[in-house]
Amino acid sequence: MEAVKQQAAPTARAIDIGSMQRGSKLNMANEDICLQVKDFNLFYGKKQALHNINMSIAKNRVTAFIGPSGCGKSTLLRCFNRMNDLIDSVNINGEMLLDGNNLNGPSVNVADLRRQVGMVFQKPNPFPKSIYENVAYGLRLQGVNDRATLDNVVEKSLKAAALWDEVKDRLNESAMGMSGGQQQRLVIARAIAIEPEVLLLDEPASALDPLSTLKIEELIYELKDKYTIVIVTHNMQQAARVSDYTAFMYMGELIEFGATEELFTKPTKKQTEDYITGRYG
Amino acid sequence: MGTNTSQHISQQFEAELQDIRSRVLAMGGLVEQQVADALSALMTGDAELARKVIIQDTQVNTMEILIDEECVQIIALRQPTAGDLRLVTAIFKTITDLERIGDEAQSIAQRALNLAVADRPKKNYRELSTLGNHARGMLRDALNAFARLDVDAALSIAKEDSARDDEYESIIRQLMTYMMEDPRSISNVMDLIWSARSIERIGDHAHNLCEYVIYLVEGMDVRHLSVEKMKEVLDRD
Repeated sequence: MEAVKQQAAPTARAIDIGSMQRGSKLNMANEDICLQVKDFNLFYGKKQALHNINMSIAKNRVTAFIGPSGCGKSTLLRCFNRMNDLIDSVNINGEMLLDGNNLNGPSVNVADLRRQVGMVFQKPNPFPKSIYENVAYGLRLQGVNDRATLDNVVEKSLKAAALWDEVKDRLNESAMGMSGGQQQRLVIARAIAIEPEVLLLDEPASALDPLSTLKIEELIYELKDKYTIVIVTHNMQQAARVSDYTAFMYMGELIEFGATEELFTKPTKKQTEDYITGRYG
Repeated sequence: MGTNTSQHISQQFEAELQDIRSRVLAMGGLVEQQVADALSALMTGDAELARKVIIQDTQVNTMEILIDEECVQIIALRQPTAGDLRLVTAIFKTITDLERIGDEAQSIAQRALNLAVADRPKKNYRELSTLGNHARGMLRDALNAFARLDVDAALSIAKEDSARDDEYESIIRQLMTYMMEDPRSISNVMDLIWSARSIERIGDHAHNLCEYVIYLVEGMDVRHLSVEKMKEVLDRD
């Protein structure tokens, strides 16, 4: 009897019920706000693509934009580092704030803004250079040429992008010889080498196989300690897995925005429910 | 919030969800019949009927396993979300409670078999019969609430449960006095007490079914809350 008691003792560990909470643990009210969108409208010529968007992106969290093709999610994402400036017919009104400063303000240097707000696209776009030079590129643009500094940043960035172990012995080989999944992680390493504040990911895994996709997702999870991440994805399971907050957009409007856990288990709007469960609207 | 009436783009998925829903209702129907037969066997001393209930319990068990499998398939292959996800999880839980109701019916049938050959004083059965009818009613209403996704009905059934708990207490007290009056009756009265206990448990399981209906329709977890608190939570939303 005594022996049984002794054996049972270690398993009878006290469970901390206080730490188990019902419902979502996330609440926008408790977050530091990184990006803020206020009454934002965007037109391509006469066609309005974004309708009166209001939302806050929480610092050091992953926010996912989901919605059918053409709903405006990529358009909105591109506004965060003013990629839409490149399109002549685009007109905007309303405000977009990064750390409280209007990022469309006249005094904003777009190059500086894009350094703060990095972006990764659907199709990996490494430069036709070596792996090393791809990652060092941003720093070289900034005039950093000190070998030791560059070595250090390249290693740190490749490690952060979970790519170091795979490429450390071939840093001088061309990036074009890497697999798609590796190229995409290289592009992420390149983006974080200049230590941005925000990372915008536009369908970062849609051209990758399931395993590479999981690596990217794992990477996103690790990166959010240091960066605020906004991701556009068609893959709803991916949005559910990687994001803390999810925004559902439809026809240029923000339909529902909230903690991912809530949005995927009990959305409040029928349109959201129809979309995420795969129904006709 | 409510549940979604529009159709899935995938007809196959739509059909699969319809299929588990109707299977749950079929299982519910079978369990309802088991309870009715077990109670009837207990009240009338019908040993034949009691044996039938005991044998049929395996059918209930098989249905639980089959529906369980189907739910796992849906989760693995369809990755349901929102209302669909709540349907699948509510069904997981619903069938567990239904299977346990089946076990209670079987246990009542077992007692009925023992009692069929004993003296059957009417006064021992009167109150038990009322309790049994109430539990049966609760189960029927809970299954209807599931079929119609009726939150109001689910709430009022949950309310009934506490009234039934009082009824159960008074039956136990009464049966204990019979034992004290006549110790030779102890073994028979014990069978009655166990039956009362099973009936009371059926009511508790029916109460659980109502909680799952509320979760399914409203997305609110109202387990372990008093009926007043349940209302509060639902109104708040």
